[in-house]
Amino acid sequence: MFVSRLQRLGADTIQTVAGLGRAALMLFGAVFGKPDVRKGFPLLIKQLYVVGVLSLLIILVSGLFIGMVLGLQGYTVLVKFGAEGMLGPLVALSLLRELGPVVTALLFAGRAGSALTAEIGLMKATEQISSMEMMAVDPLRRIIAPRFWAGVISMPLLAIVFTAVGILGGHLVGVDWLGVDAGSYWSAMQANVDLHQDVFNGIIKSIVFAFVVMAIALHKGFDAVPTSEGIAKATTETVVTASLAVLAFDFVLTALMFGG
Amino acid sequence: MNTRKIEIAVGCFVAIAIGAFLILALKVANTGFAGSGDTYTLYADFENIGGLKARSPIKVGGVVVGRVASIELDKTYYTPRVRLEISKQYDNFPETSSVVILTSGLLGEQYLGIQPGFIDETVHILQDGDVIEDTRSAMVLEELIGQFLFNRN
Repeated sequence: MFVSRLQRLGADTIQTVAGLGRAALMLFGAVFGKPDVRKGFPLLIKQLYVVGVLSLLIILVSGLFIGMVLGLQGYTVLVKFGAEGMLGPLVALSLLRELGPVVTALLFAGRAGSALTAEIGLMKATEQISSMEMMAVDPLRRIIAPRFWAGVISMPLLAIVFTAVGILGGHLVGVDWLGVDAGSYWSAMQANVDLHQDVFNGIIKSIVFAFVVMAIALHKGFDAVPTSEGIAKATTETVVTASLAVLAFDFVLTALMFGG
Repeated sequence: MNTRKIEIAVGCFVAIAIGAFLILALKVANTGFAGSGDTYTLYADFENIGGLKARSPIKVGGVVVGRVASIELDKTYYTPRVRLEISKQYDNFPETSSVVILTSGLLGEQYLGIQPGFIDETVHILQDGDVIEDTRSAMVLEELIGQFLFNRN
């Protein structure tokens, strides 16, 4: 009884470490594999379209609504202290530092990460990856690398768009609807937002999240059990693991950037 | 969908992202005073700096002319020494100028106010690295309340 539990623990540990090792090897092959610009660039553009452009709509809509909600909630609290002039910094700082990178990463994991896992898992199930290896085409370079880099490039861009649209959404509710002065909305924001401290740190966060989400999504797809059940499981795991990893990394990065 | 349309879509995506970044950089963030090369340094000793922090603004008549670069404790007198970085544009403060720690509003942030002094032929203009002698410390609310209560009895 006790021994068999101990055995389970050991087996789980070995499995986890082996999975991490496979993920690291795959990532290493994809990132440090010799890039072929002439062949690789069109693949990258294609994946930028699939991963980035097609995610733009959900990012725009959710950014607008999150900015509007922040404006509304922030206003109801701030107006009690007569401090509704600070609505601009409240909306801008919460979007730049936290909500922009984090919500973009969560949406990205759900919208693009799950699709990538399912796609690669199905490629594996229908033995497209094996046949590529038969034809001496490296699947890491042909399939994994373009998707990985497309995600890493497009996630920070999406986070920037999200943040900008969210600030405009906060302006829409706070200024145009609730009557905060437009001049104080922007000037208080400019007085309190710092380009390095806030904007660049938010972008750095977003780049880290992009690495995390893409590594998890691609590894889960590449490592999926090649059955319909296995692909379903891998897709779910991608969304769950990537979301949790993003939240955990967000805490660590926030503590490093703004905690000191 | 053919390659051309895909490339156009990706181009639009990148252009939108760059536009959004420019909005964030120019309209949202404070990029004024980003150029650090065109400043000069002054020092000021206070008795108490209250809630003054590095990067607090330095104002003359409400206009921001610089920022607090750093705050250290003087080892001999145990008084705080504030390093002021002031834009080269405003390089003609006389040595009779005084520095005050002010608060914007009752509970607002604290900032440094410089009050320019008089000029005659014996007064020097403050140069890079000079110390402003005439300083007034921050108003600490607890001390004020303490004095008030003490005086009542």
